[in-house]
Amino acid sequence: MGMTTAVNPVEPLLRSERMPHLWCPGCGIGTTVNCFARALERSKLPLDKVAVVSGIGCTGRVAGYINLDSFHTTHGRAIPFATGLKLANPDLTVAVYSGDGDLISIGGNHFIHAARRNVDIKVICVNNFIYGMTGGQVAPTTPLGAVATTAPYGSFERPFNLPFLAESSGAVYVARWTAYHVQHIAHSMTEALRKKGFSFIEILAPCPTLYQRRNKLGDGLDTMRYYKERSVIKNGASTRDLDLDFQGEITVGKFVDVERPTLQETMDRLYRQRLEDRYFGWRQP
Amino acid sequence: MGTNATVAKPPKAAKFRGEVFINNDRCKGCGFCIEFCPPKVLVTSEKYNRHGYHPPALANETGCTGCDLCGLYCPDFAIYGIRVPIEGAVAQRA
Ligand SMILES: Cc1ncc(C[n+]2csc(CCOP(=O)(O)OP(=O)(O)O)c2C)c(N)n1
Ligand code: SF4
Ligand code: SF4
Ligand code: SF4
Ligand SMILES: [Mg+2]
Repeated sequence: MGMTTAVNPVEPLLRSERMPHLWCPGCGIGTTVNCFARALERSKLPLDKVAVVSGIGCTGRVAGYINLDSFHTTHGRAIPFATGLKLANPDLTVAVYSGDGDLISIGGNHFIHAARRNVDIKVICVNNFIYGMTGGQVAPTTPLGAVATTAPYGSFERPFNLPFLAESSGAVYVARWTAYHVQHIAHSMTEALRKKGFSFIEILAPCPTLYQRRNKLGDGLDTMRYYKERSVIKNGASTRDLDLDFQGEITVGKFVDVERPTLQETMDRLYRQRLEDRYFGWRQP
Repeated sequence: MGTNATVAKPPKAAKFRGEVFINNDRCKGCGFCIEFCPPKVLVTSEKYNRHGYHPPALANETGCTGCDLCGLYCPDFAIYGIRVPIEGAVAQRA
């Protein structure tokens, strides 16, 4: 109507000159970025104190599109990079934004150990059940029986239940949503941004081009409708019960929200005990 | 507009109207916004954008509530809604 001047709430967070992005029509990654923008706004964090770290993959491109201090690291190494970034800059809020393959396959070891140590980072995992960027290979999340480039007759591996993996490794905040649950994602991201300690949000998202095409699952909207129809919100559910079957029911919700000293806090406390006033801890240069 | 017609409440004067903004050339035609707009005021337009996709169009000029769900869903950052205060409406409230 010409009278109102307004901007898309996500726009200030984008490197607008890089639009349009490379994500396919109906890909769910961009949807999660909208939620992240709302969460940042609600968290009231000063944006020069927030950093985003991604690995490699379609989801890994988030770092390149977000107009914050952001780092597109090597494949699987977003978490170790983020760990160093956080420990050396304790006043930063560090979010890791990456794919299921990057975080849980090649990066799986870093994932469990960062959770075990309760590194104060927020891990957002866009789970599209596949290696999207490299052509649709099986990931540790591919549902049993789903077809992938490397499993033409269906995957015969048992996939990880990511919330269970995160909780049993030591995460203090664990939630799972789908790209359909935009308000819930934004809320969980806000909580995670404010939370101290290793926080994990899994977001199931459509990959029409590589996951769905081979499995004859239609386009992005078909998957969004599936999420809407087959998701059940069970906040506080035991993470043991969150296995995902091919096109089956999806349990979503916030499952874990507990307090535990972070790696930094534990180190500081112990060293102070042992070394007393000889211990200075790390100071921002 | 856009409030659910629940039983027997006296109609409140609307304090806001919705306005939706569409960046046609960013759209990739996924249809998320059209499907998940609560009052269903968006439709697929006939026209093509510069990349050959059909962007959404507002079918009902007064139906948008400005809820911005389209803005949350759009994976291409091509659409969003805002709520514009209707002048005088706040003061009018009985
Ligand atoms: C060391 C190394 N090994 C392998 C690759 C190839 N590679 C790039 S992205 C990727 C998987 C990405 O999967 P995911 O993290 O799920 O991202 P998506 O594209 O699905 O969002 C792989 C194997 C690489 N870039 N570097
Ligand atoms: S290949 Fe899949 S994950 Fe990658 S941009 Fe396309 S739809 Fe998204
Ligand atoms: S702002 Fe809400 S009501 Fe308006 S077009 Fe978008 S989704 Fe529909
Ligand atoms: S959600 Fe965005 S990309 Fe999809 S049809 Fe609507 S405006 Fe176009
Ligand atoms: Mg993936």
